[in-house]
Amino acid sequence: MKLQFDSLNSFIHMNGHGLYVWLAYGIAFVVLTLVLVAPAFQKRALQRQAKRVRQLQQDLARENYPSPQD
Amino acid sequence: MVWQWLHRWGSPRWFYEKTGPWVAWLGLIALVLLVWGLVWSLGYAPIEHKQGQSYRIIFIHVPAAFMGQGVYLLMAFCGAVGLIWRVKVCFMMTKAAAPYGAALTFLALVTGAIWGKPTWGTWWEWDARITFMLILLFLYIGIIALQAALPSRDTADKACALLALIGSVNIPLIKNSVEWWYTLHQPATIKIIGKSAMHESMLYPLLLMIFAFWILTAFALLLTTRVEILRREFRTRWVQDLLAAEREEGKS
Repeated sequence: MKLQFDSLNSFIHMNGHGLYVWLAYGIAFVVLTLVLVAPAFQKRALQRQAKRVRQLQQDLARENYPSPQD
Repeated sequence: MVWQWLHRWGSPRWFYEKTGPWVAWLGLIALVLLVWGLVWSLGYAPIEHKQGQSYRIIFIHVPAAFMGQGVYLLMAFCGAVGLIWRVKVCFMMTKAAAPYGAALTFLALVTGAIWGKPTWGTWWEWDARITFMLILLFLYIGIIALQAALPSRDTADKACALLALIGSVNIPLIKNSVEWWYTLHQPATIKIIGKSAMHESMLYPLLLMIFAFWILTAFALLLTTRVEILRREFRTRWVQDLLAAEREEGKS
């Protein structure tokens, strides 16, 4: 088994098919990254929401929650 | 025995806690396999004499198409288990898998189109297999839309499970389409029984990439299902505690 390309240029050029090959791999990379990163952002949002809920509960417990007329 | 096992894994909390340690390992293994597979398929696999270098697209096209269908079958299976035994986690998995499966099917279609241009001189053709793959993408989009459109979570879960089951008739059509209505798409390169049409020097990196996509899929589905569990069990004590604890860890 040997490397099929003798230079970086020929690797990028791919005998004239470089655009197609790299476009396909590039789109795959972007789409998969988006799909894999999304759950982390969703979890972060849930954590923020949980924090707001806790804050609200604490405020209510201390009875210093601002009344509607304030 | 089986019932007990199903019952235990069907509990969202049990599922979340048990799968926690798997996430990092699966991610790491998927990354190693993908890097190895990419170096092999892009750099070392020999050139294809009829198609030239553009054939290298096969190393993502075929794994994406395989997994696009595989995720759909998993969704249908989870939907069936959810409907029959009322297992909560199964419904969550069906919902969480849909966007990932749609992304893979989209990738299979797009990479196929990019491959088709230099090889057959066209981006698109209403060939049987390509059309059924497009229908698969629409099924995924349909399930995502249905889940979002129905106000009751219970109804939405059942409707999506049912749609996933009915739509699974599409999978054997995709599989057999190249033999039943042969037009543009080339016949399968890999055969489970008998000799593959591909030389081993190209077949092995392709098999490696398919395996890498399997692990990647397991990793992705675990990630999305776990977030879906947190979202649905948001009001429970254990999720509130868990989110609070992890928030503190993140800060320090």
